[in-house]
Amino acid sequence: MMASSYSAKEEDGHHSGAPGPGGVNAKSRKPDNTAFKQQRLPAWQPILTAGTVLPAFFIIGLLFIPIGIGLYVTSNNIKEYEIDYTGVDMSSPCFNCSQNYSWNSTKPCTCSVAFSLDQPFESNVFMYYGLSNYYQNHRRYVKSRDDSQLNGNLNSLKDPSKECEPYRTNDGLPIAPCGAIANSLFNDTLELYYNDPNGTKIPIRLVKTGIAWWTDKHVKFRNPVGDGSNLSAVFQGTTKPVNWQKYVYQLDTDPDNNGFINEDLIVWMRTAALPTFRKLYRIIEKQGDATPTLPRGNYTLLITYNYPVRSFEGRKRMILSTISWMGGKNPFLGIAYITVGSVCFFLGVVLLIIHHKYGSRSNNADIAS
Amino acid sequence: MIRRGLDRLLGRGEGRADSRTVYVGHGAWSPAQPFTPPRYCDNRIVSSKYTLWNFLPKNLFEQFRRIANFYFLIIFLVQVIVDTPTSPVTSGLPLFFVITVTAIKQGFEDWLRHKADNEVNKYPVTVLDGGRSTRKESEKIRVGDVVEVLEDETFPCDLVLLQSSRDDGTCYVTTASLDGESNHKTHYTVPDIETDLLLLNATLECEQPQPDLYKFVGRMYIRREGQEPAVRSLGPENLLLKGATLKNTSKISGVAVYTGMETKMALNYQGKSQKRSVVEKSINCFLVVYLCILLSKALVCTTLKYVWQRQPGQDEPWYNQKTQKEKDTDLYLKMFTDFLSFMVLFNFIIPVSMYVTVEMQKFLGSSFITWDRDFYDPQIQEGALVNTSDLNEELGQVEHVFTDKTGTLTQNNMEFIECCIDGFQYKYGNCASELDGFCVEDGPVNKLQRKAGREREELFLRALCLCHTVQVKEPGPGLGPVDQVDAARAVEERGFIASSPDEVALVKGAMRFGFSFLGLDCMKMKIQNRNKEIEEYDLLHVLNFDPVRRRMSVIVKSEAGETLLFCKGADVSIFPRVREEEVMRIRTHVERNATEGYRTLCVAYKKLSTEAFAQADASLREARLALQDREEKLLNIYDQLETGMNLIGATAVEDRLQEEATVTMEALQNAGMKVWVLTGDKMETAKSTCYACRLFQRRTELLELTVRTLEAGGQKCEGRLHELLLDYHRRAVQDAPPAKGGVSRSWSSAVQDYGFIIDGATLSLLLKPPSSRYTSLFLEICQNCAAVLCCRMAPLQKAQIVRLVKNTKGSPITLSVGDGANDVSMILEAHVGIGIKGNEGRQAVRNSDYAVPKLKHLRKLLLGHGHLYYVRIAQLVQYFFYKNLCFILPQFLYQFFCGYSQQPLYDAAYLMMYNICFTSMPILAYSLFEQHICIEILMDNAILYREVARNASLRWGPFLHWTALGIYQGLLFFFGVHCLFRNPALQDNGQVYGNWSFGTIVFTVMVFTVTLKLALDTRHWTWINHLVIWGSLAFYVFFSFFWGGIIWPFLKQQRLYFVFANLLSSVSAWLVIILLILLSLLPEVLLVVLRKPRASHIQQLKMRSSARKHRDFLSNTGVI
Repeated sequence: MMASSYSAKEEDGHHSGAPGPGGVNAKSRKPDNTAFKQQRLPAWQPILTAGTVLPAFFIIGLLFIPIGIGLYVTSNNIKEYEIDYTGVDMSSPCFNCSQNYSWNSTKPCTCSVAFSLDQPFESNVFMYYGLSNYYQNHRRYVKSRDDSQLNGNLNSLKDPSKECEPYRTNDGLPIAPCGAIANSLFNDTLELYYNDPNGTKIPIRLVKTGIAWWTDKHVKFRNPVGDGSNLSAVFQGTTKPVNWQKYVYQLDTDPDNNGFINEDLIVWMRTAALPTFRKLYRIIEKQGDATPTLPRGNYTLLITYNYPVRSFEGRKRMILSTISWMGGKNPFLGIAYITVGSVCFFLGVVLLIIHHKYGSRSNNADIAS
Repeated sequence: MIRRGLDRLLGRGEGRADSRTVYVGHGAWSPAQPFTPPRYCDNRIVSSKYTLWNFLPKNLFEQFRRIANFYFLIIFLVQVIVDTPTSPVTSGLPLFFVITVTAIKQGFEDWLRHKADNEVNKYPVTVLDGGRSTRKESEKIRVGDVVEVLEDETFPCDLVLLQSSRDDGTCYVTTASLDGESNHKTHYTVPDIETDLLLLNATLECEQPQPDLYKFVGRMYIRREGQEPAVRSLGPENLLLKGATLKNTSKISGVAVYTGMETKMALNYQGKSQKRSVVEKSINCFLVVYLCILLSKALVCTTLKYVWQRQPGQDEPWYNQKTQKEKDTDLYLKMFTDFLSFMVLFNFIIPVSMYVTVEMQKFLGSSFITWDRDFYDPQIQEGALVNTSDLNEELGQVEHVFTDKTGTLTQNNMEFIECCIDGFQYKYGNCASELDGFCVEDGPVNKLQRKAGREREELFLRALCLCHTVQVKEPGPGLGPVDQVDAARAVEERGFIASSPDEVALVKGAMRFGFSFLGLDCMKMKIQNRNKEIEEYDLLHVLNFDPVRRRMSVIVKSEAGETLLFCKGADVSIFPRVREEEVMRIRTHVERNATEGYRTLCVAYKKLSTEAFAQADASLREARLALQDREEKLLNIYDQLETGMNLIGATAVEDRLQEEATVTMEALQNAGMKVWVLTGDKMETAKSTCYACRLFQRRTELLELTVRTLEAGGQKCEGRLHELLLDYHRRAVQDAPPAKGGVSRSWSSAVQDYGFIIDGATLSLLLKPPSSRYTSLFLEICQNCAAVLCCRMAPLQKAQIVRLVKNTKGSPITLSVGDGANDVSMILEAHVGIGIKGNEGRQAVRNSDYAVPKLKHLRKLLLGHGHLYYVRIAQLVQYFFYKNLCFILPQFLYQFFCGYSQQPLYDAAYLMMYNICFTSMPILAYSLFEQHICIEILMDNAILYREVARNASLRWGPFLHWTALGIYQGLLFFFGVHCLFRNPALQDNGQVYGNWSFGTIVFTVMVFTVTLKLALDTRHWTWINHLVIWGSLAFYVFFSFFWGGIIWPFLKQQRLYFVFANLLSSVSAWLVIILLILLSLLPEVLLVVLRKPRASHIQQLKMRSSARKHRDFLSNTGVI
C-alpha cells in the first residue's frame, strides 16, 4: 500500500512534468526570482542613533555660530536711515500736503524734510521708499494686471485682459498700462540735497536705472513695437490710467526708461509680499574713492507730495541704506544662525552625555539578552 | 378526514408563514377543492449588483457615498460656480479620473458576476411535466416541478427525493460545495411511492425556507384512488440540497420544494459586501478632523476679513477699487462666497492625490504578494492570488483568526497510525515490504515478545473489517468479473466510499494487516482474511453513529452461526460499557494517542445469544417503524444492546495536518492573535486536531459548552447553559490574574491556559433571545482563552461567530481561513478572508480576498507582508496629512497679511504640482519598498507583530504627533521667511523681492523639508528610493528654473518669471533655506535619537551582524 502510493506520487510527478507545454506553463506561472519582485533589492539601512548624529550636531554648531556671527556683524555694519514723511502730525513738514489732497489738483504740493546723518555712508547708497498698511498683496490687486500688455503685445494693448477691471478702459479707450497696480503707481518725487556747511544745498545725483530686475526690464516688460519709433504713436488709441497725471510714454525722457520699461513702473509692478514694504527708488552711486557717498552732515529731502495714504491709515517712508553681500540690513539671519548653532552645539553635548551613559547600558542589555 | 381537513385549514389559516404546501407535479389535492397555485420565487440566482440601466446612477451614488469623493465633488462645484483663487480644472480632472477608473473596475466585476449567474441559471435540466420529460432552463423550475438529475450533476434547487435508480431507494450525494464534507451521504426516497411518478398524486407540506442545512421537517400526503391519503414524514435525509452533487447513482427524480433565492444554499450565501480596511476608517476619521480644520480656517478667515474690512479705508482703498459686479453683490452672499473661496484655497489640505496614491500603493503593493516565490506551491503550480488589494494593510492588524479545520488545518487525509490490542501496541511501521505479514514483530513493544494472542488479533481485525458503513466503490462498466484472489487488489484500486474518512482509514488499516473488506452484497459482508480465504458475514443490523452516543455498532452473523455485535466509538463512550480490567490495559495507550493528536477509537465486541438477538431484532424493527419518537426509541434500544461488551483494542487514526500547521499556529499565537477553529466536523475529531497543532496543550484546561455538557446536568438546557457560562466566566475571566499591559498577555507560562469548546447547537441556543444577554459573557470567556474550538457549525453559524466577534468592543480585526464552500460565508464575513487553494473546489478561493496554496503561507502573509503593508500605509497616510498641513498652513497664515483676500501664497503651478510631482513619488516608493525590519526577522519574531497591533500607527497619538510636526514646520516656514522679508532687499544690488519670491522661498523650504523628513524615516534605501528622493528634489529645482525661465504664452500672468533663478542669486535666500530646513528637521532627529531604541532595532542590528558573518562564511567557503 505504502509502496503503491509512493509510486503513484512518482507517477503524478512524472505526469505533470512530461508534457512540454504544461511544463512551460508551469514555469511561467512561477513568480520570477528577481530581487525586485522578491523584495530583496540591496538596500542601505541607516539607523539613527545618538552615536551617528552626534558629529552632525557638533558640525552644525561649529559651522552655524561663525556664520551667524559673520551675518550679524555684516548686518550691523550696514548703515540705514529712515524718515517717515507721511505728515500725520501737525508738526511734520508734510502735514499740509497730506491734508488737502486731491487727485485733480494741477499744482503739486511739495514739502521738505531736513535730517542729518551721524555717520558717513560709504559705497553705493540705495534709496528706498517704504509704504505701510498698503496691501499690494491683496488678491484683487495682485491679479489686476495684464502681463501680456506689458510685454508689448499689441492685441492686449488695445484689448486689455478682463482681470484689469475696473481699470480696464476709461471713456471707451483701453488703459495702458491697465489694472489697479499700474493705476496706483507710486508718484511721489523724492529729491535729496546735501546741506553744505556753508549753506548751499547741493543736489545729490540719483540714478534711476538698475533698480529693477534685469530680466523684468529686458524680457518681461517690453514696449509695443509700432510703425514709428515714436512711443506716443504706438500708444495711440490708449489712454492713461485714471490716477496718472501723464501718459505712460511720458514717464521719462530717456527712451530706454520710458513706456512700459520705465523702471519705476517695473519696480512698482512687482507686488510686495507684505503690507509693509519698501521698494528701491534710486541709487546714489559712489563718486570716487576719497569721499564717502553720503558724508556726515545735514540733508534735505524734497518731496513732491502726490501719493495719498492717509485715507487707509498708511505711512510713507524714505530709507537710505547701504548694501552688503547679504542684502539690506536685517539682523534676523545672524541672530537665527547664532541661536540655532548654539542650540545644536548644546544638544550635541547633551547627546554626548546621554550616549555615554545610555549607550553603555543598552550595550549591556544587548549582551544580557 | 374531516378533522385533518380542519387541521389543515386551521394550520394554513393561522400560519401561512409557518409552512408551505407543494403540489407534486402540480396535481391538485383533490378535484373538489379549488386549486390555487401559490406564488413562490423562481429558480433564478442573482448575485450581481447592477443591471445595464441602473449601473450609472447606482454606481455613481455608491461612489459619491464615499466621504472623500463627495467632498471633492463639492469643491469642484464650488470652483465652477464661485470666483475662486484656483481653477476648477485642478480638482475636477483628478476627480473625474478616479471616478471613471473605479466605475470601469466595478462594472467589469459585475459583468463577471452576471456571466457566472447566467451559467447557473441557464443550465438545462429535465423536468417531468404532464407526463413528458422536457428540457428547461434551470431558472424556470417552479416549486412543485418534478426534476430529474443524472449522476455527477448538481441539483438545481432543493428537491425532495422521490425516486432513485438504485434498488434500495437511496442515492448518494456529496455536499462538498455546501458544507465542505467531501464524503458521500446517503439520502432516502420517500417510502411507498409509486414507481411511475406520473401516477403519483401527492401533496407535500414543509416548513418555510430556512438556512439550516441539517434541518428539514415536512409531511407528504400520498393519495391513491379510493384510499385514505397515506402520510409520510419527511426529514433532512429526504431533502437534496441545491449545490450538492449526485454521486454513484445514475438518476434520481425529486420534487422542487425551495427554489432560487429560497434554497438553503442561497440562504447561506451572503452577499459580498465591500470590505473597508481599518486604515480607510482611520483615513476617514482624519479626514473629518482635517475637514474641521479646513472649515474653521475658512470660517476664521471670513470672520476676520469682515471685521478687518469694517475699519475705514481697508475694504476698498483708492488704489484697489472693486468692480461694479462686486459692489452690486449682496453682503451675505458675498460672505458666503468668500467662505467658499477660502475653502477652495485651503482645500489642498485634503488632497485628491492621497486617494490616488493610496489606491496605487495598494494595487502595486499587492503584486508583491502575487510575486512572492515563497507562496508558490509546486504541487498545484500556483502562487498566491490577490482578489482585492484594499485589505493589504489589514493583514498586519489581525487579532482573531478563524480557521476551518478540514482541508485547512488538516489535509483531510486520514491515515491509520497504530492500534493496540489487549494493551499491546501494534504499529504499522517499516514493514511495508511484507505483503501480508502481520508485522507485530517489528514494533518496539513486541520486540519483547509480548503480544496478544493470535485469536485476539484476528478478532480485532475482523471487527475493524465489519464494524463500519463503508461501501466499496462500484467498478466502472466493462470490467469483467474479478476472481477471488485478485478481489482485494481490485477493491484497493476501486477505493471506498464512506460517510466519514476515518472509517476508510480503519478499513484500509485492517487491510494492511491482512484483512480486506471486499464489499457488501445482499446484506452479506465479505472479507478476505490473512490466509486469503473469503469469509462471509450476514449483516443483520447497523446501529448508526450519532454524535450524542458517539459510537456505532453492527450485528453480524458469522458463517459459523455466531451472532456478534461489534462496536467502535470514542473511549469515553466505550469504557463504561466494558469490563474494568480491560480498560486498564488500554487506557494509557488511548490517552497517549489522544494527546498526540490522533483520533482514537475503541473497539469492543459482544456475543449475542440467539434469544437475545431475537429480542433485540424485534425491538429494533419495531422502533424503526415507529412514527413518533423514533429516534428516542432507537437510542434506548441501542443503549441496551451496547452493554456488557468486551474491549478488544483501540485504534489511532491521524488526520494529517497541513505542512507546518503547528509552527504556523504557534507563530500566530505568539503574534498575539487568538485562534478559533470553526468546523462542521465532530467534536472529537476537531479536538484531536487542536491538540495536534498545539492549539490545545496538555496543560490547557478545556471549558466545554456542548450538547453533551448541557444534557449532563439534567436540567433545562437554558438554565444549564447559563450556569456553565457563569462558572467558566468565573474561572477564565475573574480568577485569571489581571493582564499586564494588554499586549504581553498570554506570555508567561505560569498562567493557566484555557481552551473553549462550543458546538453549533449550543451556539444557536446561546444566540436565541432568552440567552442572548449571555453572549457578552461568552465572548469575554473566549477572549481569555488561548484557543477556541467551535464544532458542528453550519456555514452560516461560522459567519455568525465571526460577526459576533467582529462586533465586540474595540471591533477587533478578524481573519477567516478556509478552503471549502462551507467557509465562504465566514470568509465573506471576516475583515479579511483567506482562501486555501485546496482540493475542495475553488469556491473559497473565488470569494476570498487573498488565496494562498497552503496554510503555512499564512505566516509570511501576516507576519511579513501584513506587518510591512501596515507600516507602509500608515506612514503613507500620516505623511500625506502632514505634508499637506505644512503645505497649506503658510497659505493660511498669509491671509493675515494680505487683507484676507484669498491671495494664494504659491503660484498655481506649485499648488497643483506639489502633491502630484514634487512630493508624491518618494512616499509612493517608500510605501512600496520600505522594510523597517526585514521580512526574515519579522517572520522569526512573531512578537514584533504586536508592535503594530490595534492600529498602533494610526491612532490619535501618532496622528497628533504628525499634526504637531506639520504645524510646527508650517509656522516655521512662514514666519522664518516673514522675518527675512522685513527687509525685502535681499540681493547685493539692493533690488527687492515681491510676494511670489516670498511664496517660492517658503515652497522651496517646504519641498526640501518634507522630502528630507521622509528620507529620515526611510530605513530601507534601495536604489529606487535614492532615485526617487533625490530625483524629485532635482526635479523640483529643474522645474522651477524651467517654469520661470520662459514667458509662457498660455499664461495670463507671468508671475514666476525668473523668480526662482533670482532667488538663488541671493545669499540670504540660500542661508534662510538651509536654516529653516535644518531647524524644522531638528526635533525629528532628536526624537528619533532620544526615543528608546526599540527591540526591533536591536534585532535589526543583531541580524545585520549575523548576516554579515553569514555572508563572510559563504564567501569564505566559496558559495558566493
